[in-house]
Amino acid sequence: MTAPSSTLAVVIAHRRKRARRHHAIIATLLTLVAVTFGVTLSIGQSITPPSDVLRVLLGEPVPGASFTVGQLRLPRAVLSILAGLCFGLGGVAFQVMLRNPLASPDTIGITSGAGAAAVFAIVVLSMTGPMVSVIAVVAGLGVALLVYALSFRNGVAGTRLILVGIGVSAMLQSVIAYILQSAPAWNLQEAMRWLTGSVNGAQLGQALPLLLALIFFGGLLLVRGRDLETLRLGDDTAAALGTRVSNTRMLVIVAAVGLIASATAASGPIAFVAFLSGPIAGRIVRNDGSVLIPSALTGAVLVLAADYVGQHLLPSRYPVGVVTGALGAPYLLYLIVRINRIGGS
Amino acid sequence: MTAGIIKTSDGRWSPVSRSNRMRSLWLAALFALVIVLLAASVTVGTRNVGWDDVAAAMGGAQNNIDRASVALRIPRTVLALLAGGALGLAGAIMQGVTRNPLADPGILGVNMGASLAVVVGVAWFGMSSLYAYIWVAILGAGCAAIFVYAIGSLGRGGATPLKMALAGAATSVTFASMVIAVVLPRGDIAGGIHSWQIGGVGGATYERILRVLPFLLVGFVISLLSARKLNSLALGDELATGLGESVATARAVASLGAILLCGATTAICGPIGFLGLVVPHLCRLLVGVDHRWLLPFSTLAGACLLLAADVLGRIVARPAEIDVGIVTAMIGAPFFIWIVRRQRVRDL
Repeated sequence: MTAPSSTLAVVIAHRRKRARRHHAIIATLLTLVAVTFGVTLSIGQSITPPSDVLRVLLGEPVPGASFTVGQLRLPRAVLSILAGLCFGLGGVAFQVMLRNPLASPDTIGITSGAGAAAVFAIVVLSMTGPMVSVIAVVAGLGVALLVYALSFRNGVAGTRLILVGIGVSAMLQSVIAYILQSAPAWNLQEAMRWLTGSVNGAQLGQALPLLLALIFFGGLLLVRGRDLETLRLGDDTAAALGTRVSNTRMLVIVAAVGLIASATAASGPIAFVAFLSGPIAGRIVRNDGSVLIPSALTGAVLVLAADYVGQHLLPSRYPVGVVTGALGAPYLLYLIVRINRIGGS
Repeated sequence: MTAGIIKTSDGRWSPVSRSNRMRSLWLAALFALVIVLLAASVTVGTRNVGWDDVAAAMGGAQNNIDRASVALRIPRTVLALLAGGALGLAGAIMQGVTRNPLADPGILGVNMGASLAVVVGVAWFGMSSLYAYIWVAILGAGCAAIFVYAIGSLGRGGATPLKMALAGAATSVTFASMVIAVVLPRGDIAGGIHSWQIGGVGGATYERILRVLPFLLVGFVISLLSARKLNSLALGDELATGLGESVATARAVASLGAILLCGATTAICGPIGFLGLVVPHLCRLLVGVDHRWLLPFSTLAGACLLLAADVLGRIVARPAEIDVGIVTAMIGAPFFIWIVRRQRVRDL
């Protein structure tokens, strides 16, 4: 009688160990976000001592620091974190659902949809501020639904969804190019921001809608996280395990697109954050539980760090999207080496 | 002509071969279409021009606005003809070499690779001569092609159309953001960012065309001569090897031709996508799958399509122009989606 109970004990112990490891990973990533956040706030063109940073954060007026930290660095860092969380979470949801590390919102048209709508609103309709963001979110969702509808033929296969997304993305890119071609010079600057992704001139007011989107859509994703993870096993297996496949897929698409489009609306499409966060988090987590939260945190670290690098460590100042975009090529190379070894799909 | 028709896996009847008389008729029709489009490209635009002015401008007269605009349109027309032919042919070769219905120099990131190479050369190495542009563009196109093929063919199942298309799309996005990264801090060349993202034939001059012509000619010759090899490849690697074809060499030679064509075209026009996707599919409907007919047809049809797209871009948004790269993407992307929807998932 001892044998089964000891097996049970081993399984339970193993599960506990995995859960502990998962918590430890999340805690480490959280610390990393906090450290990067702290560094971004205190070290820039000038160095602000951590004590002053803390006082500014607590709302005390500090001469000089109130402006550099409170007005310049804080909104920027907050927006970076929120955008990073949204991109990381939305991106990994797509990659898990479509079972392909290359199938991120960057490649299948969601980002271009939001970008095209924003550029249209800025250049053609001469809009500014929150209205542009609303339009970008709506357009991102619209494009996602269009891709979904176009790839519908006796149900939606992941493969077809990806390919249709690539086609739609190419069309939207040429729409963007056309609008920019005819744009007057004074709109071009703002429009370019929408194409590269940047947190320049961030304001705390932008953070609130993004936070709400993160809570709503992110919560939705996390609640259905278990169903999403079963999709990783293939549609048939997931269905056999009791997951309602098309229902889950629809929900994940809406939630992930909501995240991506809201973040794009606030900061522009910061290239490759959605693309990179999931695989990086996957490497850290391995098999110890869900990849969703670690991926979101990885996204936040990526955006914070890349923005810092683009601002202070390079010979000329780059918007964050350019720095993260340059990370894409090494990652693809890495993917070659890795996939070659493990023979994944 | 029922003997050459087979039933495809999705239950459609499709022509494998056509009678040579049919093909010759289509060939004549395409030639006629090219001539009509050449005429349209010279006369139609922001300002429509009469025939007497065209004739005068051909003789070198530029003494009124109509004649001067014709003088500008002639090199542009020649470039569209050459670039369209090159891209159509390159697309047919790529689809043959990879046996992939979704292959296209734009989708597979080859054009963007050429673009990035030129931008890097200009910004970091002070490259300015046109010859350097062309060599560097060809080099970039070649590297991008190898890179994408390497990513796309790894893992289970080899180079499936899906994996190739995804690898190409991801590479294109990366290269595009690297182009921005290189150009953004350089105010002196920033005016050209846009021209390295979307291709156009508006900037054509005789000098540029003459410089690029030798490269294109070599590319055309290599590509057209590989038709027989591509026919063997279409049977599958094993059967082709069994027939005495050196599969790897055949692939390498044909790809070299396609890369020369794409690189040289991109060096002059910037990246033009989707032309190489649409053209071979249309031509297969006309002449079947025999590459000895398909390749020349794709060349002619590519020229037709690019000329037509260029004329269309000038008419639609008068008095402004739409770059031809935008027009081809707007026509080509829906076509791409249509092909994707038509195939069964398992075949992708």
